[in-house]
Amino acid sequence: MNCVSLSLREASELLASGRMTSVDMCRAFLDRIRKVEDRVHALLNWKEEDILRQAAESDARRANGKLLSAFDGIPVTLKDNICASGQQCTCASRILEGFISPYDATVTEKLKKAGFVLLGRANMDEFAMGSSCENSAYQKTANPWNLDCVPGGSSGGSAASVAAGETVIALGSDTGGSIRQPASFCGIVGLKPTYGRVSRYGLVAFASSLDQIGPMSKSVYDAAAMLDVIAGQDPMDCTSLPQEKENFADDVEVFEKNPRLDGVKIGLPKEYFELEGLSSGVKAVTEKAIETLKKLGAEFVNISLPHTRYSMACYYIVATAEASANLARFDGIRYGYRSPRATDIQSTYFLSRGEGFGMEVARRIMLGTYVLSSGYYDAYYLKAQKVRTLLRRDFEEAYKKCDLIFTPVSPVPAFRFGEKADPLQMYLSDVFTTALNLSGDCGISIPAGLDETSGMPVGIQLMAPAMEEKRLFRTGRAFELAREQKEFLAPLD
Amino acid sequence: MKTDGIDVGKVAELARLQLKPELKEKLQHEMEAIVGYVEMLSELNVDGIEPTAHAVERVNVIRDDVAELVFTREQMLANAPDTIDGELIRVPQVLPGEGMA
Repeated sequence: MNCVSLSLREASELLASGRMTSVDMCRAFLDRIRKVEDRVHALLNWKEEDILRQAAESDARRANGKLLSAFDGIPVTLKDNICASGQQCTCASRILEGFISPYDATVTEKLKKAGFVLLGRANMDEFAMGSSCENSAYQKTANPWNLDCVPGGSSGGSAASVAAGETVIALGSDTGGSIRQPASFCGIVGLKPTYGRVSRYGLVAFASSLDQIGPMSKSVYDAAAMLDVIAGQDPMDCTSLPQEKENFADDVEVFEKNPRLDGVKIGLPKEYFELEGLSSGVKAVTEKAIETLKKLGAEFVNISLPHTRYSMACYYIVATAEASANLARFDGIRYGYRSPRATDIQSTYFLSRGEGFGMEVARRIMLGTYVLSSGYYDAYYLKAQKVRTLLRRDFEEAYKKCDLIFTPVSPVPAFRFGEKADPLQMYLSDVFTTALNLSGDCGISIPAGLDETSGMPVGIQLMAPAMEEKRLFRTGRAFELAREQKEFLAPLD
Repeated sequence: MKTDGIDVGKVAELARLQLKPELKEKLQHEMEAIVGYVEMLSELNVDGIEPTAHAVERVNVIRDDVAELVFTREQMLANAPDTIDGELIRVPQVLPGEGMA
């Protein structure tokens, strides 16, 4: 069995056919992990015994005709900010070293109810703050396409584990592009669902008005099928949205019988393509993707998102402000790291936080504290919230003219370790992805081709209005079937 | 908006972060650069624009007021850095004065 390319759909068929058991499948992935993990470092931990126990339980259910879903027995990796009862959840931070989740996140509970095998914990930028996975306190994850390059971030471990064939599928979280950008860098599919589509209960909060959990997968179909599993309103998350069960995967299956895009209008925001710093390789891949979509019958229309140039400034004020408030809970008292040097309550706070948080997290807490501090609140935070309104209106106006919006995911393909040492330069690499989190709409990153100079994968981004994921899956699936490069397999072997 | 003189020491105090002196200096430069960048928002006139605090506008999502036992004390305290007999969280002295037993 070829783990590297085994999709959720194929894994489900393989198990259903009886040609393979879940235990066999999980053993194959464990072998794969043993073979490549010392080069990729995608996972923070995995427990063979626990994985095989879950797999054996699934096989027993199958033998007794008590399958939980079509995906019963299939392995999935979780980003290390998603709680799974009894498992360590560190957010790749020293401050949560040894923290054992007392409960399941809602998505974890849903995965378990569908019979998925929880395979391991994926590395990430500490508290999901970063675009390269270099901010993990534990290890640097390498890009399976080129071990000298970053996998992107912050869900870099999730992306690399899928691209390296260590798992069938993974969950990540996206606050400003943290699913879509690493998916693009690693040649896989990454979906940021509509804000509120998926419960955030049990996701360690970074920026609560922006965070959203989503699938990272080997195909558009898989992303649709996984969204079917994890979506839904949740009494434990008051920001989750009331919604009908959509059956996205079924819709894709019907659609792909005649995957044409006639009558579909795709907007090209001129501001995104005028951006300085858009690399020629990414530009070439996106232009080719536009041609592919045109051949499928899609009509491209020029649109304008006039406040695009302010989105990064707006994002980094809103995100850091919310982060500084959310991370105030790490005080060394109830859980997490407590400095042994602390002598009184004040030094417990100051030392535990100073020693427990890494550099990037400290930087963002500082920025967030600054923009929220007395005398600056109106000038920065309130102003950014008003600009957020303008950005949302841009999208509302744009969607009057088109069904979807097409952009690159990242201005450059995966870069080398240490290449973006200046924090502001690193922040600006998220220029195409942050606006979507501010608007709350949905978007998907789909592999489109390889960068001509580096040979690294390049993804395209499709965005759609809130709750219109179906448009992403249909257009994405049509594109996936029609694109020139059919398969994206990391050359690890 | 004017960015000169971000008082990094004061901000760190507010954020309850003990920063090493060399880090303070580094942060001073980096924060000034980042805050300098976000200054661009001052170009925009936002008079009369309502702020967006959240991606979805939902208010007063409430559940029935029924008591539930979600976690036992043991579960709640399992991750505490220090406890007294697994019953209470032990913290360093809070009020100034003579040490307590």
